Amino acid sequence: MAQEEQSSRSIYTDLDDGGSDEEIDKWQRTFRLWRETLREHWGMLTDELSVKLSMLTVAGFMLIAIFAPFIATHQPLQRQYQGEAGIIIEDWAEPSLLGADTEYLLGTTAEGFDIFSQLIYGTRAALLVGLVAAIFTAGIGTLVGLVAGYYGGKVDDALMRIVDFLYGMPLLPTVIVLVAVLGPDLWNIILALIVLQWRSTARVIRSQSLSLRERPFVKAAEVAGAGDWHIISRHLAPNVLPMTFLYGSFGIAWAILAEAGISFIGLGDPNTVSWGTMLQASRAYSALSFGAWWWFVPPGICIGLLVISGFLIGRGYEEITNPKLQ
Amino acid sequence: MGKASFVVRRTLQLVATLWAVGTVLFGLFRLMPGDPTSYVVSSQMTQEARQRLIESYGLNDPLYVQYIRFLQNLVQLNFGQSFHSNQPVTDIIATYMPNTLVLMLSAFVVAYAIGITLGVLSGWYRGSRFERSTVITALTARSVPTFYVGLIVLWIFGAELGLIPMSGMTSLGTGGQSTGFLDMVLTVDFLKHLMAPAAVLAFYYMGYPLLIMRSSMLEVLSEDFIDVCRAKGLKERTIMFKHAARNALLPIVTAAAIALGYAVGGSVLIETVFAWPGIGREMVRAVLRRDFPVAQGTFIVLASTIIFLNFVADLAYGYLDPRVTYD
Repeated sequence: MAQEEQSSRSIYTDLDDGGSDEEIDKWQRTFRLWRETLREHWGMLTDELSVKLSMLTVAGFMLIAIFAPFIATHQPLQRQYQGEAGIIIEDWAEPSLLGADTEYLLGTTAEGFDIFSQLIYGTRAALLVGLVAAIFTAGIGTLVGLVAGYYGGKVDDALMRIVDFLYGMPLLPTVIVLVAVLGPDLWNIILALIVLQWRSTARVIRSQSLSLRERPFVKAAEVAGAGDWHIISRHLAPNVLPMTFLYGSFGIAWAILAEAGISFIGLGDPNTVSWGTMLQASRAYSALSFGAWWWFVPPGICIGLLVISGFLIGRGYEEITNPKLQ
Repeated sequence: MGKASFVVRRTLQLVATLWAVGTVLFGLFRLMPGDPTSYVVSSQMTQEARQRLIESYGLNDPLYVQYIRFLQNLVQLNFGQSFHSNQPVTDIIATYMPNTLVLMLSAFVVAYAIGITLGVLSGWYRGSRFERSTVITALTARSVPTFYVGLIVLWIFGAELGLIPMSGMTSLGTGGQSTGFLDMVLTVDFLKHLMAPAAVLAFYYMGYPLLIMRSSMLEVLSEDFIDVCRAKGLKERTIMFKHAARNALLPIVTAAAIALGYAVGGSVLIETVFAWPGIGREMVRAVLRRDFPVAQGTFIVLASTIIFLNFVADLAYGYLDPRVTYD
């Protein structure tokens, strides 16, 4: 396995500055170790073109999300005009990009919202869901996997039965039920996704740490009297970090897909604009039959772009950690 | 540990998982906000009649009594009656489950036939442009949300070109399900409705067997017996399909069983887009209208499909690959 060679450097750094042990804080050393592993992988990752493009895409979306108020031309949830009935507007403005004589770049929805501004603000929801859910699923999964793999025995058994149970739950139906219980709110969707999705990271990290535990450097640390937490954080964690990041980047993609699906079904947060809620609204007003494609095509393209980027970054990382795939 | 004790242990685990899913579900539905009875009980009803109705659903009993009754019913596969239509939930499941299975299985057969073939070829022609483009296609297919592809297909082929029906499983006035399930499935009208959702799903599911088959082929191709085949002077195509692909097929079998389980569980979205009267769509509708018994019953069916197919995959692995040992 390749990560042995790559991370072996980080393992030796631990030995190399054994002399200066007193001067540097324990935590600082742990973090430096993790940083070194990451820096090395970052260099290898950015070598590949598809990964580079994906990272640029994600960075682009991040900029859009941060500067959304400056890019958006209108308020995303403010009606631009009132219909005859005052509540529901039957007609919509065509996009000015297509030559229509309106002030709306991508036209307006049947409810009278500016589509371009919704698209821009939707980036925030997608990235928020993707990043928060991915950080927590990868983090919880790694921690559980490390603890289960390192301690083994009853601890391992108990934790893995929970994982088995979670594997028995269908993803979307479970999230739907959880959101129905907790209420349709963006944070509840994120929470529901986290509750379920840490299962895959935990399983993989556990099997990795099971084999790492038997390796000489861990045995050596044990003999030298290192504590459990010391071994987990300094000897096991840096070696499983590649896997954590792999599952983290896939996690971003999965979370964005799931949020879009949940919102599309109609359980999205009514007070937040997301690409999924845009698609749901367009379907509710049968934009399909009216041929108002500028309403439902752009959000899907955005979802696709962001998700493909997540998958490609993950895949690039997978090829580093497992050269057999190349 | 021998094979027999592995089977026993795995079966016990199956039962335990089913129990855990049922229990969590019971808890979740009791926590759900909103009075479920308000959907059955109309406001004109007298207080007395209302109480009697609530009583008849057993919603007044202490929680543990409800829980024990829930478990008893679960074992007897009795999921109660719908709050909404008063039909037994078992009937509702029996109506919708075949529809979901027809859709999923036809999508799966197409997806795995194409996916496996492309996977064999891309593993064989490793490093070629063909390989790179199939892998990128597979990744793209898995990245774009299925419901979105469904929307676009409906828009182009349904609304614009009028080639496919916009929703449902049968056209109005053709009798639908009243003529019996098999009769309905065998009509041209049904095939027309099936085509679009099945194709969209197949496009999505194709990527998984393709990628697995490709990496499995890469592993098999590096083994010695392939060199022996070459030395014997066998034709390239014979080596590719008869020797390499057959040995590379093993991971696909178990992956397919597990993936089918998740596909049935994930039927929610595609059925909603195409208004396909399947069990996933029925679950969503039941949750939205707080119809506990139906939501509970359909969820349990979806979850146990996954759990059961995972179980099958685990057992199949041991029988298909004699090298597997049980620890």
